Amino acid sequence: MTAPRPSLTIAACIAAALACAPLAAQQVDRTHPPTLPPPPALRVPAVQTATLPNGLELAVVEMHKVPVVDVTLQIGAGTVRDPDDLPGLATFTATMLQQGAGARGALDIADETAFLGASLNTGAGFDAATASLHVPKRRLGPALDLLADVVLRPTFPDTEIARQRDLRRAQILQARDQPVAMANLAFAAIVFGGHPYGRPQTGTETSTAALNRDRVLQFYGAYYRPNTARMLVVGDITLAEAVRLVRARFGAWGRAEVAAAAEAAAPAGAARTIYLVDKPGAAQSVFRIGQVGVNRATPDYFALEVLNTILGGSFTSRLNQNLRETHGYTYGAGSQFAMRRMAGPFLASASIVTAKTDSALIEFMRELRRIRDEAVPQAELDKAKAYITLGLPSDFETTQGAARRFAELILYGLPLDYFSHYIPQIDAVTAADVQRVARQYIDPDHLAIVVVGDRSKIEAGLQALHEGTIVYRDMWGQPVQ
Amino acid sequence: MSRWHRGADVRTHERRRHGGTGARGHGNDQRRRALVVAALLWVGVVAAPSRVSAQALHVPYQTFTLANGLKVIVHEDHSVPIVTVNTWYHVGSSDERPGRTGFAHLFEHLMFMGSEHVPTGDFDKLLEAAGGDNNGSTTEDRTNYFEDGPSSALELMLYLDSDRMGFLLPEITPPKVDLQRGVVQNERRQSYENQPYGLAQENILQRLYPADHTYHWPVIGSMVDLNAASIEDVQQFSRTWYTPSNATMVVAGDVTLRQVRPMVERYFAGLGRGPAVTRTPPPAVNLAADVYATLEDRVQLPRVYDTWHTVKSFAPDDAGLEMLGNILADGKASRLYKRLVYELQIATQVAAFQDGGRIDGKFEIFATARPGHDLNEIARVIDAEVRSLAEAGPTPREVERVRNSIEADFLGRMERVGSFGGKADQLNYYDYYVGTPDYFQRDLDRYRAVTAADVQRLARDYLLRAHRVVLSVVPAGHTELAATEGAAR
Repeated sequence: MTAPRPSLTIAACIAAALACAPLAAQQVDRTHPPTLPPPPALRVPAVQTATLPNGLELAVVEMHKVPVVDVTLQIGAGTVRDPDDLPGLATFTATMLQQGAGARGALDIADETAFLGASLNTGAGFDAATASLHVPKRRLGPALDLLADVVLRPTFPDTEIARQRDLRRAQILQARDQPVAMANLAFAAIVFGGHPYGRPQTGTETSTAALNRDRVLQFYGAYYRPNTARMLVVGDITLAEAVRLVRARFGAWGRAEVAAAAEAAAPAGAARTIYLVDKPGAAQSVFRIGQVGVNRATPDYFALEVLNTILGGSFTSRLNQNLRETHGYTYGAGSQFAMRRMAGPFLASASIVTAKTDSALIEFMRELRRIRDEAVPQAELDKAKAYITLGLPSDFETTQGAARRFAELILYGLPLDYFSHYIPQIDAVTAADVQRVARQYIDPDHLAIVVVGDRSKIEAGLQALHEGTIVYRDMWGQPVQ
Repeated sequence: MSRWHRGADVRTHERRRHGGTGARGHGNDQRRRALVVAALLWVGVVAAPSRVSAQALHVPYQTFTLANGLKVIVHEDHSVPIVTVNTWYHVGSSDERPGRTGFAHLFEHLMFMGSEHVPTGDFDKLLEAAGGDNNGSTTEDRTNYFEDGPSSALELMLYLDSDRMGFLLPEITPPKVDLQRGVVQNERRQSYENQPYGLAQENILQRLYPADHTYHWPVIGSMVDLNAASIEDVQQFSRTWYTPSNATMVVAGDVTLRQVRPMVERYFAGLGRGPAVTRTPPPAVNLAADVYATLEDRVQLPRVYDTWHTVKSFAPDDAGLEMLGNILADGKASRLYKRLVYELQIATQVAAFQDGGRIDGKFEIFATARPGHDLNEIARVIDAEVRSLAEAGPTPREVERVRNSIEADFLGRMERVGSFGGKADQLNYYDYYVGTPDYFQRDLDRYRAVTAADVQRLARDYLLRAHRVVLSVVPAGHTELAATEGAAR
């Protein structure tokens, strides 16, 4: 597009801004958007690494703008390690780390964390448990003391186990009030079955009742080891300083043999089926439509990023434009490929006004087929690629933002200079690539269509679409009568 | 409520969610200290690597005002090559008229539907193609909009924002109003009606504030009023409120005043000034007696809300009330969490906070019962803890703990320029609420000045000795679980 603006006037205005403002205002040409200068180059902070003698790997990213430090400790104790008979053990163990450690009780840990102005979190995802800390630099030392106590010296008192078990029981009960939580639980179980990614991460009523100190101790002892762990430190700190502080606290953490997490095969997708979870009185129907997708190590990562941005990963994506901006059925629709160590799900999702449940499914299916059947127009492809590449710098603005991007590299064993090559890889994606990965990873004939909504109002409409047999499930994804 | 949420309602489990950034989706959260995520610049951070703890908070800015009344604030932060344009229109749901509740927020949605020179859909498409993001949100007091992106996208942002500031109405048609009405009604369903306890707030507001008070209704409005909104309402609202003289714009990031000013003048100087804004002072709020109410909802566990009328934001007692809320319920070491959830184990969660707006404020405590426990049991413990604070005050350590957490929050807000709660948004916030964009240090000083004796006095005067609205939300058909008046509270 040619520049419509009177550049001479602009140059003059820069020299004497006030004086020629009215002139500039009169001459502004609104018929075309302005032509923009070239985008600034991406500046990604460097990652430095070190390994402690006990095998603990350390990555440090220096960011000195604001005197804060963000610490992320990943431990190979994610929910993929949950025993078959005790789903929820990994997340429960991670929660229990903070309920007593070293000489501190649960309330002491909370009190001291807040007193330091720190936030300390422990939890477990599928592929790793995480203990993280965000703290003003000047309180880093005592905050790391707390982190070390929590990770290395948890006491798991019986009274605290009972307390957290009871709390978790109530939370599982409350999930029945939350249609989005119900849909997520049901979708995972339906798509992944007995695979580790199909189990409820925070357990079931039955497994929660069976949690006890022995099981927690056993799990902790088996997996909380420096050789399964990696630490990321981002913020107002140097590598040498980080090594000194971390070695003093984590250097004596004892190694142990830990078998690699087993690979599990995800079940083959069943023929397209509508799984209806009844939620009487629901104002909306919560949709989760998807299947087993792909793992993070896939060479198709960049093509999939572009594909998903076009399909459901941005405001102007097809799903959001169609379901929200064209039809007004929803407040927002989207899609994602959840890429993990093993293949995670692909899913499209939205909360749809009850009366338009069937109409929305028609549009979902239309978009899921169209992205496979037709090559993406060039302008749409270019927009998606620019959105990804030009938006990347802002991910590295804050310590926590940068930590999030680098933690992903560390968790999935990707090279630490990954972002230096990121933009060219996105730029190289073609419309043919997008269509190829759409055909490879989105299979409309084998989609699980999970709908949590008011059965009495939506069943007939869904039935009439003939998009799949309707079966009835509970929030655990299990058949109901 | 904000215009949209990234990723709709998808939740992923594989990435740790860091707190404190991004859209909250509840506009009225924005002005609560604990949730206002505005970033600050610590003096000396750019110039010198030396440490900062003793230094004052300072966000340098320059400002100019166009002849049409548009005030512009420029803040330079060259650490990352990004820019944000953050515009506040000084209009919110408290400027709506009866029968049109929810209209300010509906109008916010219409601001993204195209303007005379920007066809429908192009606002988002052009920005995304330039690597940018955008959003907007509405509270009782104001409506804000931002575009974030690479510094190269600045002129596009100004082009788009000026076009919808000056040339919106020719493009707003009844079908567009209908479409966004549907989106907003789905926002109400998703965020309120289909959420457990989601209708509690509107039930509290209508009991706390008299019908002629502009905080009587929620920002999202009612379905009936949303249905009534017409194209004429849009035109009148736009001409009254969406004018350069009723807006303030912050441009922040890797830009200079020298670069920003001519660009802003080029796109905005030709827009016409709006009428002077006048507002009637709100009527006095006076709860003459405790008000008890019960709402039946599709929930498993009952929850009780205690709400007191307090003071508006930045009033002398506002910061102390916020610290009182944190002492009562922020974290496991707080008094109510420790008692209700940890020791007695009769509640699953508890929250307490001062919520001060530009016009008025309230203090709220809510707690959710564990299975087998009723709300009177919980209400009695809440009262005992409030009384204990009112009679003996907090310990010095409690005050210091809460103050340290707040100071750390201020530090955290220094990291980001854009989005909701970034430095640009916060400059606009201070400018509108206290008339000084760089109010960061003085804001923090408010909390530093609060003493244990203050907290004790506030617990006594605003809670213990004042009337309140007590709302019980109970599972449908179980009104016997509600908190009852005279249950020896």
